[in-house]
Amino acid sequence: MKEKAHRYLTLFLTTLEISAFTFGGGYVIIPLMRKTFVGKLKWIEDSEMLDLAAIAQSSPGPIAVNAAILIGYKSGGIPGALLSILGAVLPPLVIISIISAFYQAFRSNKYVSMCMTAMSAGVAAVVIDVVISMVIDVLKMKRLLPLAMLVITFILVQFFSVNIIIMIFAAGAVGYIDYALGRKKAK
Amino acid sequence: MIYLELLWSFFQIGLFSIGGGYAAMPLIQHQAIDIHNWLTMQSFADIMTISQMTPGPIAINCATFVGIQVAGIPGALVATFGCVLPSSIIVTLLAFIYYRFKGIDAVQSVLKGLRPAVVAMIATAGLSLMAMAFCGSDTFTSDVNIENVILFIVALLVLRIWKLNPILVMVCSGVIGLLAGVIL
Repeated sequence: MKEKAHRYLTLFLTTLEISAFTFGGGYVIIPLMRKTFVGKLKWIEDSEMLDLAAIAQSSPGPIAVNAAILIGYKSGGIPGALLSILGAVLPPLVIISIISAFYQAFRSNKYVSMCMTAMSAGVAAVVIDVVISMVIDVLKMKRLLPLAMLVITFILVQFFSVNIIIMIFAAGAVGYIDYALGRKKAK
Repeated sequence: MIYLELLWSFFQIGLFSIGGGYAAMPLIQHQAIDIHNWLTMQSFADIMTISQMTPGPIAINCATFVGIQVAGIPGALVATFGCVLPSSIIVTLLAFIYYRFKGIDAVQSVLKGLRPAVVAMIATAGLSLMAMAFCGSDTFTSDVNIENVILFIVALLVLRIWKLNPILVMVCSGVIGLLAGVIL
């Protein structure tokens, strides 16, 4: 019983720590979790971690939260999953709450405003950089369908303001049909 | 009922953002700016900037920020809860299926099939951020801030060629903007 409680506590504190000190989003968090849960704690096998990472990346929601859920579930069932969600969510919740409390006063300051305006150019560059890398990945697939989906979705959302949730359903349907046809062919 | 609206909006953001942090961006823009007017495009750009420099997923950061601005701490809690709820259900289910059957190929390939569409949506959100940086509004106008255009081009080149840390690039652009503002 005591051992179990200790395991839960370790799980919570570890996800809390990883979440509090990981800058740069979900793609960074998975190698970190691997280092801790596979390398240090040895709760998870290496090959299993690869599968968990794939599930976390392809499921809906933030990758960091998804990875925490999977590791929590594996390490302590449903209570483990809940604890690790809490650990993953608490740091950003607290940090952004504090920032947000000062935001209005902060933002109206002349110097802060200059800084934020210039940083908006920086953040736009960061996002466009990510987009370029992602488009290159799509091009590397060397298939017409993904490329067509990319172009058509862009045109529909950018110029015709089509609802993006509808687009996600449509793209999911196309993805499924493509998968089903591919399987049929393989047989 | 503001809490229910927050819960439902961020539930949708959590549910439909597939493939990492940036995928949440167009959805947040859609929900918090287009539908509910909870955020201006400027505060959206600000929260994206803050998100890059603080730990934690963009969606959670946004949920907390929007929740607080709209309905205080309870709002932040409700929005964050809404945001992780779909993940909690779906991922736990997938974990169960994975450990029971070791097979989630169909689900995964459908989600992978979505990817090009998600990339396109992130691109549209990126364009909005560019418009905000260049013209101070959510669409491109003729009123262009040349300093920011130059900063953007330099930052993008630095990111692509030297793969510098994004946080560093953003802090540098902030410092340059500040210096330029003070000196000029």
